[in-house]
This record gives sequence, structure tokens and C-alpha cells, in this order.
Amino acid sequence: MKRRLKGLHEPLPAGPRPAARLPGPSDWTFDLIEEYHRVIRETAARFGLDTYPNQLEIITAEQMMDAYASVGMPVNYRHWSYGKEFIATEKNYKRGTMGLAYEIVINSNPCISYLMEENTMAMQALVIAHAAYGHNSFFKGNYLFRMWTDASSIIDYLVYARNYIAECEERHGLEAVESLLDSCHALANHGVDRYRRPSRKSLAQELAERKDREHYAQQQVNDLWRTLPRRADKDGGAPEAKRFPEEPQENILYFVEKHAPLLEPWQREVVRIVRKVAQYFYPQRQTQVMNEGWATFWHHTLLNTMYDDGWLTDGVMIEWLKSHTNVIHQPRVGDRGYSGINPYALGFAMYTDIKRICDSPTDEDRAWFPGIAGTPWLPALHHAMQNFKDESFVGQYLSPRLMRELRLFAIVDDENDDELEVSAIHDDAGYRRVREALAHQYDLGSREPNIQVWNVNLRGDRALTLRHTQHNDRPLDDTAQEVLKHVARLWGFGVQLESVSASGEVSKRWSLQAPAA
Amino acid sequence: MLQSIIDRRLSGKNKSIGNRERFLRRYKEQIREAVKRAVDGRGIRDIERAEDVNIPRKDISQPVFHHGQGGTREMVHPGNKEYVRGDRIERPKGGSGGQGGQGQASDSGEGDDDFVFTLSKEEFMQVFFEDLALPHLVRTQLAETPEWKSHRAGFTSDGTPTNLHVVRSMRGAIGRRIAIGAAARRELRELEKELDALLCDAPVGDAVSRLKITGLETRIADLRARVARIPFLDPIDLRFRNRVRVPVPTSKAVMFCLMDVSGSMDESRKDLAKRFFILLYLFLTRHYDKIDIVFIRHHTQAAEVDEQNFFHATETGGTVVSSALVLMEEIIRARYSPSEWNIYGAQASDGDNWHHDSGRCRELLAEKILPLTRYFAYVQVAEEEQNLWQEYAQLVGVVPQFAMRKATEASQIYPVFRDLFKKEGVEPRAA
Repeated sequence: MKRRLKGLHEPLPAGPRPAARLPGPSDWTFDLIEEYHRVIRETAARFGLDTYPNQLEIITAEQMMDAYASVGMPVNYRHWSYGKEFIATEKNYKRGTMGLAYEIVINSNPCISYLMEENTMAMQALVIAHAAYGHNSFFKGNYLFRMWTDASSIIDYLVYARNYIAECEERHGLEAVESLLDSCHALANHGVDRYRRPSRKSLAQELAERKDREHYAQQQVNDLWRTLPRRADKDGGAPEAKRFPEEPQENILYFVEKHAPLLEPWQREVVRIVRKVAQYFYPQRQTQVMNEGWATFWHHTLLNTMYDDGWLTDGVMIEWLKSHTNVIHQPRVGDRGYSGINPYALGFAMYTDIKRICDSPTDEDRAWFPGIAGTPWLPALHHAMQNFKDESFVGQYLSPRLMRELRLFAIVDDENDDELEVSAIHDDAGYRRVREALAHQYDLGSREPNIQVWNVNLRGDRALTLRHTQHNDRPLDDTAQEVLKHVARLWGFGVQLESVSASGEVSKRWSLQAPAA
Repeated sequence: MLQSIIDRRLSGKNKSIGNRERFLRRYKEQIREAVKRAVDGRGIRDIERAEDVNIPRKDISQPVFHHGQGGTREMVHPGNKEYVRGDRIERPKGGSGGQGGQGQASDSGEGDDDFVFTLSKEEFMQVFFEDLALPHLVRTQLAETPEWKSHRAGFTSDGTPTNLHVVRSMRGAIGRRIAIGAAARRELRELEKELDALLCDAPVGDAVSRLKITGLETRIADLRARVARIPFLDPIDLRFRNRVRVPVPTSKAVMFCLMDVSGSMDESRKDLAKRFFILLYLFLTRHYDKIDIVFIRHHTQAAEVDEQNFFHATETGGTVVSSALVLMEEIIRARYSPSEWNIYGAQASDGDNWHHDSGRCRELLAEKILPLTRYFAYVQVAEEEQNLWQEYAQLVGVVPQFAMRKATEASQIYPVFRDLFKKEGVEPRAA
């Protein structure tokens, strides 16, 4: 699993100094991009950044919005919600409240980075360094991505998904497909295997197995819902004692796909598609700080190195630095525009801090980070990138010094208390607690409610029971009732949801009758 | 390592259009409502324009399971100014203890407002005129100066060099050459065989065979010359692409817009009438490429005017409605023969008329105009039912192509309009 980095402990020496700096006009040309890219690539190689092959694509602002609206993918199936997303994006863009993110990069092999037509040459250079080398090497190196996603097959799979869903629309009507997708999307976050490693299949395998699967799955379902008891004498004993599933299941969509009694084969396949796509995005949601921080750290390092080597002009530097500064701006609590911690800022600060700990450790650093203080920074940084996710990354590497710099403090919000309490601040007594609290904040398991499939009433009304296990007594939002409607639509029979507190009591219950057929 | 820089700018524009269509389809009801409101509220000049549509955010949200308020949580924030451990802070207003974290806050920067988006001009008009059609349109009329369409129609043996079909011509030439030369070539082959046999077998110096050989040789040379004389390409081989002109059946329609501009038509009434005609105008120009529109306005006298004057000029005076009907009939007789044109009429008035005139109006309409027209709609822009309304009312139900409605507020214009031009079969209505 762990990848050793071809023994690169120190950055390689720079090549010969160029005779002249690269021109930095505001209008880019293909030749110029090619030239910048060559220098960035060579510089990245000096630091041992290991990437998928790069594919740079020039697109218009409108296409960028298209890509944005369909969750950043170059192809996706059609759904009204992407139309809504596009409209919202377009409006914000036109109004100017949002500069379009200047980059979208796709975790595929080759790795596709979009360069927007409107960008100046300096911005293109920034995007290439950030996306094509920063994000790209992260996708290739980080363990979550290596384990959960298959970069080489995602585009093919999405093409397949789009065609399949278009075919379904033709065959079964827009509305049937739309409502099914709505329901699946409502549960997409619960369509992920969190603990089990998904099998990785090529598209050809997927297709070959689809037919068998449809057949087999239907058989399984039928078996489950067999109305005649196999052996009447045995069943008579303790009919309700056994739960189904025997163990709670976290992947609700998977459970639906395999066991929902009334779904037709094509509907099961659509559920599967939504589930697969959600699975693909699962690592991204868990590595926001690390991923953005890594990319930001590297565009900063690469472009600065290029300046030192005599490649970039002052004008280009000023331009990308301005953008860089905006990106890593962290408003303080209470400021206007404060909306939590900026993942770019935190990630960038942490990688920079790790490098500092390696290069010039203080006594405090030696005490906190004996493993990396004073060692070569490049392997330490790569190790940090490859083997963690946000939660563990913060838990492992957030240093006291950085906490002081960011002036981090933790607040406990207890609903039984009229006031909030400051539980820890950036001082000796508080470092560990702040760090722990922040790490916890990035734990998807605590951010999203833990809802699992608990039971199915096999012998009776076939109702499905979901169970929400409360974390720190945090209740579910009332939209749960709405989501439950979607679950019921998929399940086809009555559905209920129990919210269970830490003490094991059911504190709240939502339920829904079987939808009218 | 670089594969390539790909220029995608020209490909895949509007990728999202399918998603937008699905979005519009889903929120059709709200959009229809917005369009209706927009038409009521808009000025005349900018009816045909894009429109913002508001959809309540709760209708458009996609629910997911997420945490509600309450419980215990610990949040880390940056930028501590004065707090130390154990400080107690008043809970910020607005319920939620911790800031951020809970999705909705910054996704779109819109909070709980409506979801607003802009319907493009085309989409607006699409919704606007959905399910409407000109009634009783007959499409088979051949126009008097017919439209011609050029069709391919096989091949002919004469034509202009530009239409020459080379392959066909050469094919003909090969056939002709084979056919004409066949007999000669067959004979030639036989004679040549015979000659060969003679040359081999005949004893040397035999005078008989020599004579025979000479005869054969002459004949062979003769035949060879004949075959060679067959022309490679003959004028009768030439084939030309044939194109014929076919008259295209067109549906020609003419719309007469009659409006009262007399003194009793005050501004608000005129505005109503104008709205009606504008809708009609947009509707017609949108659906039919070839449609003539005749604008007639009248007070005591009627005049044919252009569009600009019709909608935007004002006049005052008494009212003689029949003057407009007379003018309409004259124009039909002069320019729009009913055998070639689908004729439609729409009249707007406040119903105020010189009282001796109303009966004449009904007669004119019933006897002269309605038989010529496919549809005639009368819209009264005042509530009061005067003698013109009463006279016209006698026609309703008797003559199928006549319909009348009242509209007294801008908001009624659109429904009335929809009612009058409902697509047949969509919602059958007895009238």
C-alpha cells in the first residue's frame, strides 16, 4: 500500500538558467501554454510529484458552468437537479458574486484539467500547477483514492450511465426515471460502503455482469419474499425472533438494490448507478482539506521555484499571488463572511507547517513531532499526503504553533445549556483538545447522521425499519420525513425511521404508510 | 508526459440543455403562473421578453438526512480574540449555536429566498402560446403565385451541361457500343479463326486457299474498320439529371385587426384592446411565416393603417363600427380572395356605437363577412352590454366561426385570448 517515492529525499537541482523569462502577456496562446507546461512539468519532476498523464482542455465559461452543474464531470446522466444547479451557477456568475472556480480537475486517467478561455496566461499557469500537478498527484497518491476509486474507468462508466438512463427514459418515460433518480439522490450519501472496500471492476466486466446480476438479484428477492414457508413446522417456533438483515446495514441504497421487493431490474440498475457515482465521490468528501491544501501548497512552491530559477516575470508573479491570497483568506470568527474554516487555508497552512517542522524545528516541534522534526521534508510531506484523510491528517499533524497562528479555539454547544462554553483555546492546556475537536469535525461519520437498515418485517407488512443512532444526542432534522417518502417509494412498502439515543431508547419515530401503488 | 492540450471550446456547447429542459418540465406549473403574471403586468412594448420566474425554495429542495439543531457539539473556530478556557458566551441569535457546518448556510448565498431564474425569450413565448392554434385553418389552398419547389425526377436525354450525369452517360455509351458492334465483332472473331486455320492448314502455294485468304483478310479489315467507326460517345448517350418544379401547397392566412379608437375608448380601454392585438400579433407571426395582417382602426370612419400607427397613435371622435366592417369587406374583395386565403378577423371595441349602426353591423357580419372568414372574434373591453353586444350576441351559436368575449382588466386578456384560440381537440368546447 505505502508507496515509496523513488528515493527522492531532496529536490533535484535546477536545470540551466534560461536566457530570458517566459513572456507573461494577458492573452494566452497554445504555444505559450505548452511552454509554461513544460517548465512546470520539469519543476514538478524535481520535487518527485508522481502524476497520471495530463490532459489539458481549453473550455469556455459556459462549458465550465456545464461541468460545474454536473458535479464536475465531463459527462453525466440527465437530471433536472443539474439544470437547477446550472441556473444557480450561471446566475451567481453573471451577478459576479462568484468568480468561477478557476479550475476543475477530474480524477481520471489521464487526468483532465479544464483551463478556462477567459483566464490570463498567469492564471493558466496557476491552474496547471494547482490542478494538473497538485490535485493530480494527490489523486494518484492518496490511499483513499487508490482504494475507492478507479481513475481509469470512471469516464467510461459515466458514459455508460448516461446512455443507460437515456434508454430507460425512452422506454419507461421521463417521469418514472426522474422520480426514481430523485429518490436515489436523496439517499446518495447513504449509498456508500464506508468500511468495506468496494470491488473494482472495469466497464466491460460491469456490463457483462449486468445481465446475470439482474437475473440473479431478482431470484434472490423472490426467494426472500417467498410466500409459502419452506418448512412450516420449523417456522412456527419463533417467527419474529430473527431480524433481517441480521446485522444492520449502513449502505441503504445497496440494500434497496438487492432486496426491495417491487423494483424492476432496470430500476435496480439505476439505483446501482447512483450508488456507484456516490461511491466515486466519497473520498473527495473526506479529503477536502488535504486535497486542496496539497494543490495549493504545490502551485505555491512550483511557481515560486520557477521564479527563483528565472522563468517567471514579476507581473505573472503578482497576478497569481493575488489570486492565491484570496483563495487562502481565512476570515476570523465574527467577521463578515465568516463561514467556518476555509479548507484551502487550513490545508495550505498545515503542509507549509510540516515543511517548516522538517526544515527548522523548534523544541516544541521536536517534542510534538519527534518522527519528522529535522528529517528531509519531501518524504515527510508525501507520507502525510498518501496515508491520511482529513480527520486523521488534522489529528496527526496540526501543530501547536499553527493553532496559535490561526488562534483556534473550541466551543461546546449543548442544547441543555443557555450559553456556549469555550472548552479549549490555543494554549498548553488546550492544544490537544482543540486538535481533537477539529479532527472530529472532519469526520464524515459525525458530520452525517448515522442511519442504517435495521429490520424488515418479512412475515407481516414488509415494512422497512431504519435506525438512526444519535451521536452526542444530535437529533435528525425534520426533513427526515421528506426523505422517508423517497425511501418508501424505493422500498414499495411502509417505512419507519427510529432515532435512538445514546442510552438505547428510541427517542423519536417517523413512519410512513406504504405508498399507493 | 503531456498528452495534449485539447481545444474543447467548439465542442459540446449547451451540454446542459437537456438538464434545463427537465428542470422546466418539472416546474411547468410555476412557470405558467409566472408567465401569466408577466403578461398581465407588462407594458405593451415589452411583452416579448425574457422573464424571471420565482420558485419557492422548499419546492425545489432535494431533501437528505441531516442533523437538526440540538444535541451537543463542539466546533473549532479560528481568530480567537479574547476568550480563555471556561468563558461562557451568549448563544447567538437565530437559534443555531454553532455557525457554519450545516450545509445550507453558504451553498448558494441565497438563504431561504425563492429560487429565481430567467426564462429566455423563446422559452417564454413557448409557454405563452402553448396549446394555441388558429381555428379552422385549411392548408390545401394553392397560392395564386404558387411557391415552387425543385425535385429530382430521374434522368432525361437532354438538358444543360451543368446537369450532365457523367456516370449514367458513360454507362449508356458502353451499352450502345456493345450493342452496335456485337454482330460485327462476332463475325470478326469467326473470320479470324477461319483465317488462322487456313494459314496453318493450307498447303503453300495453293491458289484457291490464297484467294480465300485474301478474301478473308479484306473482309476482316472491313469489319475492323466498322467496329472502329462506332463512336466512343454519341449524343444519344448523354443523360441529364432531371429536376421538375412542383407547386408547393401553402396555407396563406390574412388577419384583420379592427380596433375602435373613438373618444369613448379611454386610455385604459385602448390599452386592453392593444394588449389583445399584441398577443394576437405575436401569436400569428410566431406560427406562420406567410401571414398578412391588415390593421383597420375606426371612429366614424375607418382607415387601414400600419402597425406602428395602429398600436401607438391616438384619435378621437364618434363611433360608427360598420365603417370598419365595410372597409374590411372591401379589402377582402380587392386583395384577399377567399378561395386562396384563410381569412381571420378580430375586433376590439368598448361596445359603444351609434345606435342605428349596430344592427347594420350584425347584418354586415352575418351576410358579408362571416361567410368569407374562417374565424371572427370580438372582444369587448368594457363591462356594459350595449346594443352592439346585444346584436352580436344573436350570432353566437348560430354561426360557428363567430366568438365573442369580454375583458375588462389586463389580467383577463390572456385567459380570454387563450380561450379564443384554444387548440381544437385539446379541450373541446361548445361554441
